[in-house]
Amino acid sequence: MPDKYNNLKVISNLIRKRIVETSANSKIPHLGSCLSCVDILVYLYWKELRIDPDFSEDPDRDRFILSKGHASPAWIQVLAERGFFPITKLLEFGKDGSIFHEHPPIPGYIPGIEAATGSLGHGFPMALGMAISHKVQAKNTRCYALLSDGECNEGTIWEAAMLAGSKKVSHLTAIIDFNKWQATGRSKEIMAIDPLADKWIAFGWHAQEIDGHNFDEISKSLLSAKLEKDRPSVIIAHTIKGKGVSFMEDDNNWHYRIPNADELQAALEELESYS
Amino acid sequence: MRNTFAENMTQIASLRKDVCLLSGDIGNRMFDDFKKISPERFINCGIAEANMMSIASGMALSGMRPVVYTITPFTTTRCLEQIRIGVAYHKAPVVIVGTGSGLSYSELGPTHHSLEDMAILRTIPGLNVLAPADSKELTAQLKEALIDSNPTYLRIGKKGEPNLHDEYSNLGIGKANMLKDGEDVVVIGVGPILGEALLAAKTLEVDNISVAVASLGGIKPIDQKFIGELSKRFKLWISIEEHGLIGGVSSLLSEWLVANRCNQIRLKGIGVPDEFIHRLGSQDYIRERYGMNSEGIIETIRTELTQ
Ligand SMILES: Cc1ncc(C[n+]2csc(CCOP(=O)(O)OP(=O)(O)O)c2C)c(N)n1
Repeated sequence: MPDKYNNLKVISNLIRKRIVETSANSKIPHLGSCLSCVDILVYLYWKELRIDPDFSEDPDRDRFILSKGHASPAWIQVLAERGFFPITKLLEFGKDGSIFHEHPPIPGYIPGIEAATGSLGHGFPMALGMAISHKVQAKNTRCYALLSDGECNEGTIWEAAMLAGSKKVSHLTAIIDFNKWQATGRSKEIMAIDPLADKWIAFGWHAQEIDGHNFDEISKSLLSAKLEKDRPSVIIAHTIKGKGVSFMEDDNNWHYRIPNADELQAALEELESYS
Repeated sequence: MRNTFAENMTQIASLRKDVCLLSGDIGNRMFDDFKKISPERFINCGIAEANMMSIASGMALSGMRPVVYTITPFTTTRCLEQIRIGVAYHKAPVVIVGTGSGLSYSELGPTHHSLEDMAILRTIPGLNVLAPADSKELTAQLKEALIDSNPTYLRIGKKGEPNLHDEYSNLGIGKANMLKDGEDVVVIGVGPILGEALLAAKTLEVDNISVAVASLGGIKPIDQKFIGELSKRFKLWISIEEHGLIGGVSSLLSEWLVANRCNQIRLKGIGVPDEFIHRLGSQDYIRERYGMNSEGIIETIRTELTQ
């Protein structure tokens, strides 16, 4: 049986290769953090978001906020491949004077970017603000935010969650890249993050738990999020930090590490063998 | 500097049972030695800086001496309310340490730049605002801050900064030092960027321009006597700081000049203008762009001397 999502898998793989390459060449950290959310980003940008790369400022577009801003190197690759700007622009990634660096800049510099993030806990409340505005403006758009588990340490995440619950902002979808690690250790050992879904439910949200690398599950969960008419929806995506490169998977050293020449080659060979 | 900080913390904590370290999910292996000495006095507060700061003030009011450590914007402006109320208003003796200050994390963009921290924290009553130029000064100030009863903010760089002070320096809180003496002009500043001023001074010697370089150690409290001496000796002051030009060293010195009626002295500030930096790059690249590296300082000195 032909795989319905074969096309997306090929794209994900390509994006992963470019992320690893860029990290090695431009000395960009947060590889594990980037690789864990590639499949979610690819599904959103190829199947879910109502966006037009040629008309990236369409007032009626869906909004996507990368609240875990340190995964920007993944997002930038996705935006380039999806056609928001020519891929050749990324030759300047990490160079002096470039706008392509570790975090997303404010809107107006890179097409497709809705908000500057990198200070954890800021993006998600901004997505809520956009969603509330669209409701007031009677727009038929949806707002999406991608969060990380460590980011849920921040009080602002829960302040926004509680407000969204009371305002019944049903056109807001939060996706949590739950890779079980933050910078200095296991998320559940640093803060009492579990049970994560129950926390959101208690705050008035519709919550689902999925495998964040399974396109079918991503697809179905986004569809049920849209069917919720009187509460916001959170998708807790169980993921693997460093997904796609066996020696990076679930090894939190790759939060900061940059691959050396041998590691780069090994990673690319492994990713090559998928396609 | 950050490794010096970690080593000092381990050393102090092994001697003093009231000293504890709070970190905001950063500095992974750096504090392993500290954790060995006292796992219960190392508290990883997660990525929740506002909470961490209030916890620190509660601990300080309970007889502990907490040191709070994370990336500069997150340990300063991110939790300003908690610093102003919990720490400063309560006179809770918390030591707030910001790592990667100024443009140390230049490539990470404005979320990680700290170019307003000194200006903002200087306005808070009773809070020391220190910006050591090197590891020696950091060591002296950290030790003193943990004895002092006032709350203190310590703004440090990242790693590998050279030592600028020598064994004759008189280091501590509110203690300024001459890093190099000179006759024609004095460059006055704080932080590791003073290394660029020393380089500039050395280069200008070849042209018989004699540049003094003064290290203030911080901007609150200030060494009144030292600045008073400078006002007697130099008619041209150049300030240097890896910080915005509003509210930091440059502002402090111009306030001082006006308050002390020194209308014969000219002051020129070197620092980042009133803007966010969008086009990024290495720390050296951005320093160069804003005329903050040795070449930029040389150019400013030459221009000012001919005016
Ligand atoms: C407010 C704030 N505090 C600290 C940091 C530094 N920081 C960057 S990434 C990170 C850990 C992130 O872990 P997590 O949110 O779980 O994301 P992951 O990398 O695991 O995907 C930290 C502490 C930051 N960017 N913002």
